[in-house]
Amino acid sequence: MSESTTRLNVFKTYKLYVGGKFPRSESGRVYEVTDSKGKWLANAPLSSRKDARDAVVAARKAFGGWSGATAYNRSQILYRIAEMLEGRREQFVREVGDAEGLSKSKAAAVVDAAIDRWVWYAGWTDKIGQVVGGANPVAGPFFNLSTPEPTGVVAVVAPQESSFLGLVSVIAPVIATGNTAVVIASEKAPLPALSLGEVLATSDLPGGVVNVLSGKASEMGPHLAAHQDVNAIDLAGAGEALAKELEIAAADNLKRVLRPQPVDDWSADPGTSRMTAFLETKTVWHPTGSLGASGSSY
Amino acid sequence: MASAFEYAPAPESRSVVDIAPSYGLFIDGEFTEAADGKVFKTVSPSSEEVLSEVAQAGAADVDRAVKAARKAFEKWSALPGAERAKYLFRIARIIQERSRELAVLETLDNGKPIKETRDADLPLVAAHFFYYAGWADKLGHAGYGANPRPLGVAGQVIPWNFPLLMLAWKIAPALAAGNTVVLKPAETTPLSALFFADICRQAGLPRGVVNIIPGYGDAGAELVAHPDVNKVAFTGSTAVGKAIARQVAGTGKKVTLELGGKGANIVFDDAPIDQAVEGIVGGIFFNQGQVCCAGSRLLVQESIHDELLDSLKRRLSTLRLGDPLDKNTDIGAINSAEQLARITALAETGEAEGAERWSPACELPSAGYWFAPTLFTNVTQAHTIARDEIFGPVLSVLTFRTPDEAVAKANNSQYGLSAGIWTEKGSRILAVANKLRAGVVWANTFNKFDPTSPFGGYKESGFGREGGRHGLEAYLDV
Repeated sequence: MSESTTRLNVFKTYKLYVGGKFPRSESGRVYEVTDSKGKWLANAPLSSRKDARDAVVAARKAFGGWSGATAYNRSQILYRIAEMLEGRREQFVREVGDAEGLSKSKAAAVVDAAIDRWVWYAGWTDKIGQVVGGANPVAGPFFNLSTPEPTGVVAVVAPQESSFLGLVSVIAPVIATGNTAVVIASEKAPLPALSLGEVLATSDLPGGVVNVLSGKASEMGPHLAAHQDVNAIDLAGAGEALAKELEIAAADNLKRVLRPQPVDDWSADPGTSRMTAFLETKTVWHPTGSLGASGSSY
Repeated sequence: MASAFEYAPAPESRSVVDIAPSYGLFIDGEFTEAADGKVFKTVSPSSEEVLSEVAQAGAADVDRAVKAARKAFEKWSALPGAERAKYLFRIARIIQERSRELAVLETLDNGKPIKETRDADLPLVAAHFFYYAGWADKLGHAGYGANPRPLGVAGQVIPWNFPLLMLAWKIAPALAAGNTVVLKPAETTPLSALFFADICRQAGLPRGVVNIIPGYGDAGAELVAHPDVNKVAFTGSTAVGKAIARQVAGTGKKVTLELGGKGANIVFDDAPIDQAVEGIVGGIFFNQGQVCCAGSRLLVQESIHDELLDSLKRRLSTLRLGDPLDKNTDIGAINSAEQLARITALAETGEAEGAERWSPACELPSAGYWFAPTLFTNVTQAHTIARDEIFGPVLSVLTFRTPDEAVAKANNSQYGLSAGIWTEKGSRILAVANKLRAGVVWANTFNKFDPTSPFGGYKESGFGREGGRHGLEAYLDV
């Protein structure tokens, strides 16, 4: 093919993922995203306070349906996300490689781990209640059962460095148990997160269960942390000072706060703590009555 | 009554399933003939038409299958749990994709209505694999220690009443825990297990991890007795269960047994009658009553006996018995001539012992194995039909006056698999449930199953649980 007929490729306009739709930032602002060598990749939306508030509304609206779905249904949808992601593996290998400056094989390992992470949490939806819930042998004639329930709308400050595996590792446990999420993507590497929205949109995941914003955690974070209709906040990607500021703001309506923890290796066994951080325990009492001592116990 | 409910035929298409004229044993990833070349025929119980000819496993084949499973065990058990999980998720998905085909196949080979295979068996089969797939990489969270190990080769013998569902109950947890399996389906319903072998191929499951050996009781006994089998799982009759318990005595084999039942369905005077009637009908006529947890003893509080029986009889008159492939059919065929003879004999014993027999007006097809829905009133606890498991569409009705009496009668059985309680009073449900010696108690519902929920019996209904977190224990070295 001669030089003159080389095909010019089509750039993607990266957009937010809110309420199942792909809006631009209402502010009309964008910021330049570059690869690790400083080469231009895209202009990402620079989300505003209003975008964050819209995302909370969408997440709240989705909460009833998502938390009310059977665990089996949620499981199949999370597994579907893995299936869809597997089909777009090459795209994410490229995007993660660009975003994090990884070789193709290292980026592929990251993407594979992210796919498997969805499978891991797909298996948890209908098991977490069996692992952390149970009957309590109270000293009286009562049936007494404790079960976990999702806490509600969770704001997530995604990890800054691990733009994709870290991102999936913080979103999946939040929604596996029935919460809905408003996610602030890695500020300097938001593109894998914005592309993940496209996967979520085609995985039978109801709109609004996950909402992805790009921009500055320092700008949106305080509004989400102070938002009265947000029930919890994951500070995974917040620096020390910001984390403290957000935790203070979160105290106003006693949000559940998951503090940032140093993570050396996002591919390590994630355990259950990212799920239990966003679960309430509900205990139900009911009298058992009595038949007297004479009921046969043969 | 019947004339008000004329239905046009609504047959499910038989052409969605392609049954080969013959099938081999599935050993080490390949279909092979039996060592001695023996075959047997499997027929459609609703027509007695021969569906296929199937290789019949003998002792040499059992040995070959166990060797294949042993060989596969080393690698399979060493795979990371997350990788085993992905194989099981694949299987679950392929079952979902092929569920219409499998539902028709199961209805043809078993005789049960398509409505049941389509809406109960197949969805539960897929869900079971989906659920246990998720456990494969979470065994350390199941409450059996940080790193529980599999047992080795599991020898599994399953019945004909829910062929593919019983296969799922056996194979899914076994594989999730890291075991390999040799499974013997029942001689009257081998086909869905052989189709499952094909699903294993599509899923790319390593050879030898699952081996399917159709055959008779002798092959089952060989499998149980094989010295290189580490785990025996059996679902079937209590008599065979006891024989297995004797056979494994003195060995290191771990055993789970899901055996017979004579479930009591207890209806109190405050129960919503229409809802209870639906539950009673589902409890004993689902799958023609060929269900180990069937609610085959109805215990009715005396004050509502007549009202309930009137409603029940009215409802039974609307049940549609006939072509299992018709989507409107409620009652299909009995699985085999042998089972039909047993049901017939026990019903005759009921009459001979003085109970009162009733069936709705019901025309039985001329070919195949059929038994009309039947209920017996004036039954006492001494009657054979109140004690023995009939495993057919036969309901024995007894009465009680007080909750104590209901509990005493419900527990007056060698079995302890299931029970039902119908009352609007929550505390009574829980008080009665506390006293019942049964592994599954349904309140204001009946015959509910879910992969997350453990199932199994007290007393001579067997031991061990299948399903849920508890179901993993049977396949772990704990």
